Amino acid sequence: MTLNLTTTAKTFGDGTKALLPTNLKVNTGEIVSLLGPSGCGKTTLLRIIAGLETPDPGGKIWFDSDDVTDLPVERRQVGMVFQSYALFPNMSVRANIGYGLKMKKLPKADIEARVSEVLEMCQLNDYAQRAITALSGGQRQRVALARAIAPRPRLLLLDEPLSALDAALRETLRDELAILLRKFNITAIFVTHDQNEAMAIADRVAVMSHGEIVQSGTPEELYRKPNSTFVASFVGSAMHLAGEINGSKLKLKGGEVSLPADGTGCEAFVRAENIQINKNGSLSGYVDTVTFLGTHYRVGISGVISEPITSIFSGNKVPKLGEKIRLTIETQSILLLPSKA
Amino acid sequence: MTNRTFVLTCLTPLLIFSLAFLAFPLMRLFLASVEGDNGWAVYLDIIRKPRYINTLVLTVLVSLATTFAALAVSTTAGMFLVRNKFRGRNILLSILTLPLAFPGVVIGFLIILLGGRQGLINQITPGHVVFAYSVLGLFLGYLYFSIPRVLLTVMAAAEKLDPALEEAARTLGANPFRVVVDVILPGLMPSLIASGAIAFATAMGAFGTAFTLATNIDVIPMVIYTEFTLSANIAMAAALSIVLGIVTWILLLIARSLSGTTVAAGG
Repeated sequence: MTLNLTTTAKTFGDGTKALLPTNLKVNTGEIVSLLGPSGCGKTTLLRIIAGLETPDPGGKIWFDSDDVTDLPVERRQVGMVFQSYALFPNMSVRANIGYGLKMKKLPKADIEARVSEVLEMCQLNDYAQRAITALSGGQRQRVALARAIAPRPRLLLLDEPLSALDAALRETLRDELAILLRKFNITAIFVTHDQNEAMAIADRVAVMSHGEIVQSGTPEELYRKPNSTFVASFVGSAMHLAGEINGSKLKLKGGEVSLPADGTGCEAFVRAENIQINKNGSLSGYVDTVTFLGTHYRVGISGVISEPITSIFSGNKVPKLGEKIRLTIETQSILLLPSKA
Repeated sequence: MTNRTFVLTCLTPLLIFSLAFLAFPLMRLFLASVEGDNGWAVYLDIIRKPRYINTLVLTVLVSLATTFAALAVSTTAGMFLVRNKFRGRNILLSILTLPLAFPGVVIGFLIILLGGRQGLINQITPGHVVFAYSVLGLFLGYLYFSIPRVLLTVMAAAEKLDPALEEAARTLGANPFRVVVDVILPGLMPSLIASGAIAFATAMGAFGTAFTLATNIDVIPMVIYTEFTLSANIAMAAALSIVLGIVTWILLLIARSLSGTTVAAGG
């Protein structure tokens, strides 16, 4: 199913503009992530698509060629996975998954067959008769997903589906969720504030800030060609090199770097993996922190710009705390972006 | 002092309380009921004599009706008050809980002012509409003082309901009626049973309201009073007290076991 939103906005009763007029198109089978910090309007957008919020007049929501703007939530045929999972505590796993099918008034045999199929798909066979409270966080997440998917919704919506889990589990379930969503072969939108989640699961990421989508593209596009300082720092945490531009040179506190010829603005950004510790480097700074992360070290360096910067180091000769080091920044790795409006 | 003796010392007040205020009086009451001329037959009299058994049945029925009506009224009102914030909400809430401050006699008086011979309803309607001294009047009086007790409990539970559960049910195709049946009522069930039990027990033993209103009808607390003060039939008064206690206790036990199963189903 193709989802199409045209000039959809949301102003709350107290005058807060939660969502500025937004256009969004999601193609059949595409998995799109709405990524942004809290309060950026991503959940509001998701709730408008679900029908849990009414958009301001003028906004239209299309499911294929059906205008669903005025259709109440129970008739929109969307599956939704809530942040808290919102599983019915008075029902077993099976009853939870079968609830949507029961509401469709399907024959009992059909419901049983479909529930079994979904249980199988989500690897929940062993837990079918359990009470919800007897499940772990990861199992609950899968039940929530199974319940949303069972009535074969036109569109699957996920609101921060991993944020209720602890860090170790989150990473495993992130990959599991990515595999499951592809297996369902369904158009899906999922909201997250975690860029790793967005990149791991989504085909396309729409980055949101202050109630609008600021950039939308594949994870690679967002990472390599951010269109704003916000996207650059939010996706892949690029650091701002604040200094004086002099022709093709950028003069920083700790030395000079050459700027690339192409760019959309005059604010220079660079990512940690593009700052190399190199004894012939043109920049100098002091080692503040060294964090061992298994595959590499993260080195915090001061004195290059007024703020500390971070470099990724994977050699053998680990820099010592307080040591004066030299650094290089590849010209081509510098992103030139328009300054904030 | 060892841990064990410390725990035992802490239990002493409970022990004294249970003996002084529960075990001894109940035992004395029970003995008083069988010390009369008829002995144990006093309990048979309660079942055999229409005056007693009919009163007992009526008391239970009025109390049950009060309980269910109070639950229905308070649940809808409580859900509305929790979900909607409006000007004057707190004032409305304090008015709704006002009956908690009234003794039963005052509530009976209010019902007489409403449905008595000089009452409001009789004055504004053509014909003769007097219900204050009937079962209906008693029911309304009981309902009036049951509502605040149930309302406060239901509101506390309703505030804790996760709105996402209702939204989840709706995304799965449930209409508003199904949401109430499948999500809201199961979520409120433990508090409905707890507050319903309180409303029922209060109605079973209500005396002040009954004393003011029950001129033509009898409820058990009234019968106990008349047996005791007018007929000096202490054995029957004691036996009726015991039966009233046991019937209430059994019905509360049933309610509690029902709440046990809903809690188990709810995890």
